[in-house]
Amino acid sequence: MRTLTKTATDARDRYLDAFRTFEAMQPQNGDGISWLRELRTTASRRFEELGFPTTRDEEWKYTDISPIANLIGSPADAAQVQGLSASDVEPFTLQGLDALRLVFVNGHYAEALSSVGTLPKGVVLSSLAAAIRSDSPVVRSHLAQYASFENHTFVALNTAFFQDGAFLYVPDNTVVETPIQLLFITTSGETATIAHPRNLIVAGANSQVTLVESYVSTGQGTYFNNPVTEVVVNKNATFRHHKVQLESEQAYHIATMQVQQARDCQFASLAVSFGGSIARYDANAVMADQGIECTLNGVYLVAGQQHIDNHTVMDHAQPHCNSHENYAGILDGQARGVFNGKIFVREDAQKTDAKQSNRNLLLSPNAVINTKPQLEIFADDVKCTHGATIGQLDEDAIFYLRARGIDKEEARDMLVHAFASDLLTDIQIEPLRQQLEQELHTRLARNRQIRE
Amino acid sequence: MLEIRNLHAKVDNNEILKGIDLQVNAGEVHAIMGPNGSGKSTLAQVLAGNGNYEVTEGEVTFQGQDLLAMEDPEQRAQAGIFMAFQYPVEIPGVNTQVFLRAALNAVRKSRDEEELDAAQFQALLRQKMKLVEIDPSFRNRSVNEGFSGGEKKRFEIFQMALLEPKLAILDETDSGLDIDALRIVANGVNALKTPENATIVVTHYQRLLDYIVPDYVHVLSKGRIVKSGGKELALELEARGYDWIKELEVPAGAGA
Ligand SMILES: Nc1ncnc2c1ncn2[C@@H]1O[C@H](COP(=O)(O)OP(=O)(O)O)[C@@H](O)[C@H]1O
Ligand SMILES: [Mg+2]
Repeated sequence: MRTLTKTATDARDRYLDAFRTFEAMQPQNGDGISWLRELRTTASRRFEELGFPTTRDEEWKYTDISPIANLIGSPADAAQVQGLSASDVEPFTLQGLDALRLVFVNGHYAEALSSVGTLPKGVVLSSLAAAIRSDSPVVRSHLAQYASFENHTFVALNTAFFQDGAFLYVPDNTVVETPIQLLFITTSGETATIAHPRNLIVAGANSQVTLVESYVSTGQGTYFNNPVTEVVVNKNATFRHHKVQLESEQAYHIATMQVQQARDCQFASLAVSFGGSIARYDANAVMADQGIECTLNGVYLVAGQQHIDNHTVMDHAQPHCNSHENYAGILDGQARGVFNGKIFVREDAQKTDAKQSNRNLLLSPNAVINTKPQLEIFADDVKCTHGATIGQLDEDAIFYLRARGIDKEEARDMLVHAFASDLLTDIQIEPLRQQLEQELHTRLARNRQIRE
Repeated sequence: MLEIRNLHAKVDNNEILKGIDLQVNAGEVHAIMGPNGSGKSTLAQVLAGNGNYEVTEGEVTFQGQDLLAMEDPEQRAQAGIFMAFQYPVEIPGVNTQVFLRAALNAVRKSRDEEELDAAQFQALLRQKMKLVEIDPSFRNRSVNEGFSGGEKKRFEIFQMALLEPKLAILDETDSGLDIDALRIVANGVNALKTPENATIVVTHYQRLLDYIVPDYVHVLSKGRIVKSGGKELALELEARGYDWIKELEVPAGAGA
């Protein structure tokens, strides 16, 4: 048992108190969801044992979450959901696309803002709370089966406290043509809110799904978002995932995605992180059978006092799987970045091909990045490549552009943009790609003004 | 058009140019030759405004303006100076069309010309592409990235064709080109020649000058122009090599 400091103990006890209140408000046994009560209680106990991590924990060495632990906040009131209109939400949607969309405001499902149109036969797209109420067997058999809270405080907290989130079920042999957006909006007003969105996505065999998970804010306030997303990708399915993190710059965002992959499936994810005061993302994929392709990519752009931490796990459990990882980060001001990329190649996972790259561009002498590949290989016939770079803008390239008449600032912007462009141009959803490129430009221009 | 007087420049505290004098008038082609390390690229870079080189003495006037007072390289480019790089820089992620359009519009803007819309720009690209026989697929590539040596040089001339500079300085654009590519590049340069513009061709080999015929040839050695003459000087260099040049004293009055 480790010793916790007084404030850490206080923070933990505050959450435990909150849990007792929360638990008392949950539906009582006998209505068929006692499994959920048990799950929450187990998670809460584990949280009690784990407490909040400190920088003495290897996994949190460079990310001090004490401001998050110490944040006094309350679960947002469901009534606040009423405050937003369709036009408030519009800028965050996949504009011009007839997309399927679930909207959550401060953690609560906002049906009026959502749009589930006509779904292919058998597809379920609903709030997770609703799916639980209807006692969905899919939810029961999959929820909390993948995102382990054994060693992760924030997953434990989420599991204990989650109120809502998205549930998506795509049956076997089903193609969902339109992208699905899960839009989490925090209104971030005067008081700090705390939300633990929980998403469960199950894609059937031979299915095809494109998903966008967006976290945005309509205000500039402080709040804490702690989402957990579990994705199950069954045999031979094709899944494209995007996570867009544009939280307020005072916000705390700690997110986990856990992907479970079956034979011959393809999963590709791009995580774009531009927001947050302290943001941490754990993207973990388990390749549980043969012939799997898994891509975890990411782009981060931070400035000022922002802190961004990306942790990834590529777990090669079986032979003949290929994993691709490409994270590119741009850091300005006093921003700090962390990248930790774990690749596990288990004993049976012969013929694994794992590639990892983390490139970083430092635009300011005061920006810092800690990047670390972590390879644990227990099979012998494998290919693993990894590389991390930290650099500044190429002065020769700047001169080349300027020598053609392009002014200095535009030349710099072109190069910074180029640094992340391969990842952004890969986005197949046109309005999303445009939105993010625009967001990148706006933020670069703003950072430049601050620098001058 | 261009007047260089007693130009001294250093890089990393080494004096490389030690008193260059050169006058180039509109309509002329000047060749600058000289052994490796004599300062040819340094001169080209200094004229283009590369901040790594420090001018310690001398004056440069370009179209009546004090060129050295224009600190930003983009100002010089906008004023009509174009330097084709000896080693064009690869810029991954910057698409060639985005780059060319930004450059063209910057230059046009400085001339008070309208920016080109997408269709006009494409039409202009097609027209100039023919001039240097460049493969249209370059439009989907990043600037110079993965280009062969010859492609890079051709892309430089293509940019020149697009930007229509008043003074082009071609720094060893011929090096590494096979004879076909050389002919294409030379034809491009010749086609762009007008009575209003001028070209400085920096080269190590006489070969290029069979295709781009210079009005004057200057020999640079150890940071000074040690000999100037007509195009026959190039032939003499070809026949005799550069060794005898190194023995030459600076002509009286030059560099003083
Ligand atoms: N960045 C630099 N630092 C120090 N010396 C340099 C640098 N760039 C060029 N030089 C030196 O300046 C001299 C002239 O180089 P350069 O102008 O490239 O010659 P050329 O183009 O005639 O071959 C050479 O001796 C070269 O080594
Ligand atoms: Mg040279």
